[in-house]
Amino acid sequence: MHGQTYPLNAWYAAAWDVEVKRELLARTICDKPVVLYRKQNGEAVALADACWHRLLPLSRGELHGDHVICGYHGLEFDDTGRCVYMPSQATINPSACVQTYPIAEKHRFVWIWPGDPALADPALIPDLHWNDDPQWASDGKVIQVKCDYRLVIDNLMDLTHETYVHGSSIGNRAVAEAPFSVSHDTRTATVTRWMLDIDPPPFWRAQLGRPGNVDRWQIINFEAPSTIAIDVGVAPAGSGAPEGDRSQGVNGFVLNTVTPETGKSCHYFWAFARNYKLSEQRRTHELREGVASIFREDEAILEAQQKALDDNPDHVFYNLNIDAGSMWARKLIDRMIADEQAMGIAAE
Amino acid sequence: MRLRREWREGRVTEAREVAEGVRLLEFAVDGPMPPFDPGSHTEFEVNIDGRPAIRSYTCLPAACGSVRVAVRRHQSSRGGSRYMWSLGVGDRLRLTVPENRFSLSWRAPAYLLVAGGIGITPIYGMARALNERGAPVRLAYGARTRESLAFADDLKALLGERASFHVSQEGERIDLASEIDRLAEDGELYICGPVPMLEAARSIWRARGRPVSRFRCEVFGDSGAFAELPFRVDVADRGVSVDVPSDKSMLQALIDAGVEMIYDCERGECGLCAVDIVGQEGQIDHRDVFFDETEKAENSRMCTCVSRLPGGTVRIDTGFRA
Repeated sequence: MHGQTYPLNAWYAAAWDVEVKRELLARTICDKPVVLYRKQNGEAVALADACWHRLLPLSRGELHGDHVICGYHGLEFDDTGRCVYMPSQATINPSACVQTYPIAEKHRFVWIWPGDPALADPALIPDLHWNDDPQWASDGKVIQVKCDYRLVIDNLMDLTHETYVHGSSIGNRAVAEAPFSVSHDTRTATVTRWMLDIDPPPFWRAQLGRPGNVDRWQIINFEAPSTIAIDVGVAPAGSGAPEGDRSQGVNGFVLNTVTPETGKSCHYFWAFARNYKLSEQRRTHELREGVASIFREDEAILEAQQKALDDNPDHVFYNLNIDAGSMWARKLIDRMIADEQAMGIAAE
Repeated sequence: MRLRREWREGRVTEAREVAEGVRLLEFAVDGPMPPFDPGSHTEFEVNIDGRPAIRSYTCLPAACGSVRVAVRRHQSSRGGSRYMWSLGVGDRLRLTVPENRFSLSWRAPAYLLVAGGIGITPIYGMARALNERGAPVRLAYGARTRESLAFADDLKALLGERASFHVSQEGERIDLASEIDRLAEDGELYICGPVPMLEAARSIWRARGRPVSRFRCEVFGDSGAFAELPFRVDVADRGVSVDVPSDKSMLQALIDAGVEMIYDCERGECGLCAVDIVGQEGQIDHRDVFFDETEKAENSRMCTCVSRLPGGTVRIDTGFRA
């Protein structure tokens, strides 16, 4: 409880929809080992990944119909976590069950609620609709990053780093030099940056497919605790994009949702959605692979940063003006953690 | 999954009778206490005849940092309730961080709650939590006398027509069959009470073809077909005889007499303390949920932690082969 860096009463992406199959998938979410699978009717299930009896991970067992059979002594659990078979006895111990976690499927992710199941309202699932909206073409991946999930949030809330980490693709001097504004409410924080009449970096030049200067935007939308949808794009300079007319430009959304695995590692789910050239499957593939290689640059930085944190246990961060977005994100995360710890007893 | 016991120190901040023979105790707990949900229980270090023992009680809803339990006065208890009834405001004792082995799934479209006697303790918190969250819930609560119905006013106010109360002394009984039949097809039953009530409900549930995983129960091993009376145990393989007084379990009496035993749950669930019966004079009062009805009728083994005889003698074999 003490020092917990993530709220439990929240929906986290546990897996991409395609990752959960008619087989047992082990994944740790918020320090809780979980086993995921699909029932015969296609619904996803999440059980605690430890047998009630001797704690062997159930993911080492076998999926039988909608039930999981432990690979050690054959105890069988149904999709509600209830034990329905015990070896060498006529009855089943009424205490015998493993925890189940609320699960919901939306926007191509399988979401899990690791906290109080009574509070798991599907209406609270973060908005990543671009990921399966017919007006957008989207695909992405998940990467396991050996760092505190909040370092990924910091990274995404301040894109100044594009200039230095991603200089060959999406970053240039304009990102680091353009002013930005920050707004927030009780669950969201937004960082808006417009770069007007600039020479676009190579990635955006290619997406727009025409020469000349552009107006470029980055609108970072954070939704607590760990989802960030970044509205990005370029339009020919002076074509009216800052005033709201993006019709001459190209628009993408970098979709990110980061799930704590442990205090020092995370599952980073991302996708890139675009609203142009929707039928070009090749572009969908190339964008996914292109973004993957950009994110590998972030991954190296983030893991080195986590190691530095571990190597300097007596030190904390300094903050700059550019960190306003991440400071708001962390404040909203901290508030969620404090609120749920203050809530105390669910039954009261 | 089972939690390792984590002990805390508690101080009694409230002690009062909330129904005939039911005493509510509230403890302020030192040190951090995680939140707990309905169905959780806490273990207390009680003192019985000058010796420490551990007794488990269901947690009632309580404010953060405190624990509330309701303890039934049990005339011939194993000493736990006598000790708990002796506590007054300011008294201190050790208790564990609550653990839940009887938790609500929160995924059923409707819930039926059934309580018998002091079995209301987990059911009360469940009724409150379900009602608070707007989940469809019905409650049937039976007790011996009207005065012994605990939390009845609160439950009436909470659930109105959705709660029914049944006093056996006035000839009222819970109509388990019709309660189960009016429950939605995917609904879940949470039941806590004496073993015979549980078994009756379970057999109706099974006869209706409802899935076993939606029947959830918790038992108290202190209620059987007969009252607690002294009886005698002949341990054939040890060549000793042990008298079991009315306020001690057979398991405890055997251990106290130096008979080596293994056991775990002490609530009639795991079956580890079971011994072979090689002869008996008197009826076996099976109070466990480990053996099924056929096995109980055979009377070839018994769970010593909860089961007993209403007088007479049982001859057992503990498997000691020296």
